[in-house]
Amino acid sequence: MNPPLLSAQHLSVRFGGVLAVNDVSFDVQQGEVFTLIGPNGAGKTTVFNLISRIYTPTSGEIDYLGPQGMLKLTEQPPQNVASLGIARTFQNIELFEHASVLHNLLIGRHTHRSTGLWQDLFFTREAREAELASREKAEEVIDFLGLQHHRDSFVAGLPYGVRKVVELARALCTQPKLLLLDEPSSGLNVEETDDMAFWIQDIKNDLGITVLMVEHDMGLVSKVSDRVLAMNQGEVLAMGSPKEVQNDPRVVEAYLGTVDDVASLRRNTPDTAEAR
Amino acid sequence: MRFIFKTHYAQDIVLAKHGGHWFWYGALMLLLLAAPWLFAEYWLAQMTLVLIYSIAGLGIMLLAGFTGLFSMGHAAFLGVGAYTHAVLTNMGVPFPLALACAAALSALVGVVVGLPALRVKGIYLGIATLSFGFIVEEVLARWESVTGGNAGIHIKKPNLFGWVLESGDQFYYLCLVITVAATLGILNLLRTPTGRAFVAIRDSEISAQSMGIHLAYYKTLSFSLSAALAGVAGALYAHNLQFISPDQFNILQSIDLLLMIVIGGVGSVHGAFLGAIFLISMPQLISMTKDYLPAAVGQAPGLQAFVYGVVLIAFVLFEPMGLYGRWLKVRTYLQMFPFYRKGMFKRQKSFQKSDRLK
Repeated sequence: MNPPLLSAQHLSVRFGGVLAVNDVSFDVQQGEVFTLIGPNGAGKTTVFNLISRIYTPTSGEIDYLGPQGMLKLTEQPPQNVASLGIARTFQNIELFEHASVLHNLLIGRHTHRSTGLWQDLFFTREAREAELASREKAEEVIDFLGLQHHRDSFVAGLPYGVRKVVELARALCTQPKLLLLDEPSSGLNVEETDDMAFWIQDIKNDLGITVLMVEHDMGLVSKVSDRVLAMNQGEVLAMGSPKEVQNDPRVVEAYLGTVDDVASLRRNTPDTAEAR
Repeated sequence: MRFIFKTHYAQDIVLAKHGGHWFWYGALMLLLLAAPWLFAEYWLAQMTLVLIYSIAGLGIMLLAGFTGLFSMGHAAFLGVGAYTHAVLTNMGVPFPLALACAAALSALVGVVVGLPALRVKGIYLGIATLSFGFIVEEVLARWESVTGGNAGIHIKKPNLFGWVLESGDQFYYLCLVITVAATLGILNLLRTPTGRAFVAIRDSEISAQSMGIHLAYYKTLSFSLSAALAGVAGALYAHNLQFISPDQFNILQSIDLLLMIVIGGVGSVHGAFLGAIFLISMPQLISMTKDYLPAAVGQAPGLQAFVYGVVLIAFVLFEPMGLYGRWLKVRTYLQMFPFYRKGMFKRQKSFQKSDRLK
């Protein structure tokens, strides 16, 4: 079996008294769509932020199969994560608002820059050629996601649904090996969510990019995911195929509660009144 | 209304996007080149001052307008450049060399000042740079063996390897060449990855970082480039006045520089120039209208500061995009006549952006 692309081992992170992530371990295989699910506050986004090095884990390690073989992701500075081939989107869209869509995508090409400050300053032949080449790459992504109409519009004026796609496009522009999607369907309507599902499948099958996502929409999750990890209160509840995880009693309990929980909430029913 | 039919990526990259750009910027260049024959000596001196302030404005625009870092002590960089240049020139160092040293030393100081910018943001960065401005002013006043203290120092005429620029015309051309070079440099940066990294940091640090942009490096770089431009402007400023003293580089100067880009329009290269024109022409306009005002108003002390304040407040309230923003609106109105709608430039308020990770 191939080595996993990303392997999290016993990750824990503590913010003051809150144990946001507690002893979470999972492997992401190359070429799969791996989804994290769980109720609000389960620590899914925190796991994302650990992988993209916005946070440092209190304990535990993340191994990642980089261009030069296995390395410890937790020892890398945050700005190196992108050049190792990990791109991400954000739950609450973090685009460069006062720039055009094309400009945003070109910033996504930053890790592939080949020119230095002086070449940029004098706009040498190399800088010019690098510019043309990166525009070509950005256009490929625009084609892939059908963003032609919005190429030159400013992000600040775009509707939410389009911004979500622009953010995905920007992540794809970095030409990642692993794509982290933080709730790709939040705020999208049914049709846009369907589009997103198609794109995620295309990203996996056509571009060969491994996807790790956090998602609440179970329709989307079961449509695209190969494996699902359910979390609650910072701990792993279940892992397996979407169907297995959905039917896992502990997952059902985390989302819906148990019969006993509900019974204690019931008020003034005849039998409780008698019991008093 | 002009529609550009794009058939090649190079059309996105070129500086002059269409014939209109070639025509108008060409006409502007011709006017600037012919200025010594067209304008009286006094007005030429004012234009020289506009060019000098534009260079400083470009620097602070790069820092505040494109990287989103506000500096309240930018006059200090101007001062470091001016004094370095003055001291070296008086030692007999030729102009280009002295200018390069002034820019380099300012850039170096910029790196040092940029270090707190890696930790503090917004108003706190303003306070840090403000105190830096005071420190530099004090150093310039106390380090008498080099700077001549509060008495100031005189500076010799610029000497280009034996060719001494005696007249105002020659100095004007010198400033023009440097301004054009600085502008082209900034425009080049803005269409390449370096400039885009600055813009990314301005709009969202967190996602700039996850796009692989080294925040510390680019913030420091922005500070040093900005300081270098201020240093160059300071050197020319010293030549222009032929005499410098520490009080020319105090907090009022810093505020003037900041005011200049806010009025010109933060986030646009044009804004630096429009702001500089405003900053230099405003006192002239005030003194010209003084005579027509009633004596109680016209002769009142502090009239200039009052007008400046009112203008700044008016801009912040009614035209946050500055003179350049106003020009964009006028231009759009003319291009689309008669279809311009009132709310066209109104920006949709965004409630979606999260402040969580800032």
